[in-house]
Amino acid sequence: MPSAMPIRPAATLAATAIGVVLLFAFRTPQAAPPATAVTTPATSPSSNPTPTATPSGAPPLAGSSPTPTATPTPAASGLRSGTFTGQTYSDQYGNLQVQVVISGGRITDVKLLQYPRNEPQSSFISSQALPLLREEVLQAQSAKIDAISGATFTSENYAASVQSALDLARA
Amino acid sequence: MVRAEPVMGTVVTVDIRDEGVPDAAVDGAIAWFHEVDATFSTYRAESEISRISRGELGRSDCSAEVHEVLGLCAEVTRRSGGCFDIHLGGGLDPSGLVKGWSVQRAAEMLQGSGARNFFIGAGGDVVTRGRPAGEQRWRVGIRHPELGDRVAAVLEAGDLAVATSGAYERGEHIVDPRTGRAPVGLLSMTVAGPSLTYADAFATAAFVMGEEGLAWVAGIDGYHALAITADRRMVWTPGMEMLLLRATSPPG
Repeated sequence: MPSAMPIRPAATLAATAIGVVLLFAFRTPQAAPPATAVTTPATSPSSNPTPTATPSGAPPLAGSSPTPTATPTPAASGLRSGTFTGQTYSDQYGNLQVQVVISGGRITDVKLLQYPRNEPQSSFISSQALPLLREEVLQAQSAKIDAISGATFTSENYAASVQSALDLARA
Repeated sequence: MVRAEPVMGTVVTVDIRDEGVPDAAVDGAIAWFHEVDATFSTYRAESEISRISRGELGRSDCSAEVHEVLGLCAEVTRRSGGCFDIHLGGGLDPSGLVKGWSVQRAAEMLQGSGARNFFIGAGGDVVTRGRPAGEQRWRVGIRHPELGDRVAAVLEAGDLAVATSGAYERGEHIVDPRTGRAPVGLLSMTVAGPSLTYADAFATAAFVMGEEGLAWVAGIDGYHALAITADRRMVWTPGMEMLLLRATSPPG
């Protein structure tokens, strides 16, 4: 067991509320199969070796294979145009399946075909929050963003590479 | 005025939107980051931190800056129940707090030179002050943990500090001090609040805690958290809700 954490008891945890949305990982289509499985956690970062962390180990449900409904055409971004239905994934909160519409190399719509219900045993899931993500996924591609917060780039090679790019930019 | 400087193993960006802030103020901030690098880098054999790690320099003999940082680290270790620990692997590695602390200090320096509207970004740690232009608010994207050129969420703020910890970049290896292993459960943990010194260290500690880290951060006055879980959920505290950029059109 981990050592005792300074976590307040359940009351505080509940009061903490915590909105939850599902995070879409849309990917550049691979050679085959021809559709993008939107929620496929296929390539977790190698530095995150968490066999227990994929959607509760639940395999995609039978009969939920990706189904492209439009002829994919290559785009500059690497995203082909079309409508792509993701595989269904299950966890303790329920099933999730999405459909993504890509046009001109950009995501233009994200539809939730299945999503976890706000059952008592999954009180941290906010069903109201789910549509929010859809908007935010779309906004993320167009909103003017001043700065990015992310885990640290800390490698000498990274710094050196950036430096060389800066040198070119100055030349 | 925008300046980007490779330092501390990353790139520090200083973007000042005010007119009339002297170049010397930015030069001073950049020089400060190089000084911090020389003092705290665990990659430099001659840095104070490396010398303390090797036992060549006693803690009573270290500089005021090192003394301050080690004190802050000890404070976060205590407050996090040991989920933040700079004494792993036998050496001393305060880098989970130093970057945030140094950016926070630099922001204070710039303010002392008259800058009111600016941001500083350092390898994913961000401080914003004032406004980018007119009545706009700063927008800070939270990087998608799997897609480096995408953001998973956007925060809108005036004066704010934002730090994110995660395991998705090579080079950063967060270890759970309680187990000695990499934490599981989260892809990233973002903490926002008034001071980047604490936001940076709290993000590291809360990442180690996993989803429980959200409740821990929520219990700290003024600080908010947003986690991206390994099963692709985004979870955040009520305070973070107020910072999240919301859709202007109703979903449908």
